[in-house]
Amino acid sequence: MALDKIGIAKRIAQELKDGYFVNLGIGIPTLVANYIPQGISVEFQSENGVLGMGPFPFEGEEDADVINAGKQTITTLAGASFFDSATSFGMIRGQHVDLTILGAMEVSENGNIANWKIPGKMVKGMGGAMDLVASAENIIVAMMHVNKAGESKILKECTLPLTGVKCVKKVVTELAVMEITPNGFKLLERAPGVTVEEIIKATEANLIIDGDIPEMKID
Amino acid sequence: MINKKVSSVQEALHDIKDGQTIMLGGFGLCGIPENSIAELVKMDVKDLTCISNNAGVDDFGLGLLLQKRQIKKMISSYVGENAEFERQMLSGELEVELTPQGTLAEKCRAAQAGIPAFFTPAGYGTEVAEGKEVREFNGKMHVMEEAYKADFAIVKAWKGDEAGNLIFKGTARNFNSCMAGAAKITIAEVEELVPAGTLDPNQIHIPGIFVKRIFQGEKYEKRIEQRTVRQRQ
Repeated sequence: MALDKIGIAKRIAQELKDGYFVNLGIGIPTLVANYIPQGISVEFQSENGVLGMGPFPFEGEEDADVINAGKQTITTLAGASFFDSATSFGMIRGQHVDLTILGAMEVSENGNIANWKIPGKMVKGMGGAMDLVASAENIIVAMMHVNKAGESKILKECTLPLTGVKCVKKVVTELAVMEITPNGFKLLERAPGVTVEEIIKATEANLIIDGDIPEMKID
Repeated sequence: MINKKVSSVQEALHDIKDGQTIMLGGFGLCGIPENSIAELVKMDVKDLTCISNNAGVDDFGLGLLLQKRQIKKMISSYVGENAEFERQMLSGELEVELTPQGTLAEKCRAAQAGIPAFFTPAGYGTEVAEGKEVREFNGKMHVMEEAYKADFAIVKAWKGDEAGNLIFKGTARNFNSCMAGAAKITIAEVEELVPAGTLDPNQIHIPGIFVKRIFQGEKYEKRIEQRTVRQRQ
């Protein structure tokens, strides 16, 4: 069975390590905050200017001056701080943020990512994504393996305008966990009940398959 | 103390003219200079170039200026919440320069700090880097970006004093803090304007030297774009 969005978020949450500062993109990445493994401390950074982001506020306690990069009302946890946008991207560019998790429309086997523009159709802008992918040492992409038309989004080469080059390290989809190696995508894990054959069929890029591919362990 | 206080939004914005370039603080609708935007609509200044991370929503923020076709060019990082914006952009009525958010912030900060240009890795290998100088530092490619040149910066703060000192609240600091002092004339609107000496100098986020004019806004709607809450157990 392919994973749902929550399943993808749960699997990515297993990548969090104690002491990590993490930037979460909009969409599936935001859900990762709900599944932090027990016994570790991580702190979430939002590029609009907050470190130490907490859960959504209780009804009636929303503050228009306290939002995340998705413009959602949030709360802060003990130890939190607010700062301006230049300082925020200083943290990102200066590699003080340990892990960036973001969504993508396409990823290619050399680690290129496209997620900000579909020429002639959709131009919302890159927001902070170009800064994040150009600077982060560790980037995990949360995305669907195929688009609504059934076409693979895991490609030999991206077809859409790029957000960044040679930057993605790992991709988690509803079907698989893949690492980007100097030789291309390496299949690390498959979703529960999904076969290697099914993953190959859904993948336009070449997949390096080394021995038995274990199933993801998801609670 | 050099007094920066002006009595009204009209006085603060009186010399903004057609065709000028204006920086406006805010992220989404958080921390936007509401009173000044409303006054720009009334003044009916046209052909503006606006530097602002976002373009408001259809009926609030910079969306109000877009509705009246007062903006010729928009420089932003993300414009996804505004249908009228998208329509004007796709039809070619509105010129749009999309800039990575960290680069946009740094182009403001560089202008504020008198740095003409800087190198950033953001956008290397993408269409953002087209036509720009690129250079390798420490084995990594970077793109040269230049500081903005603007006629006015309009920022919004939580508290300010007559000396122009500013204190922001929460994530409303965002680009306001980077834009103060980044244009020829900086105008600050604040929720609460107090006499000089009232604010603790240790707590000032932006020193008054970066602000030319300051006034107290009349009322703030502070609209929330995405109201997200959790239920009490």
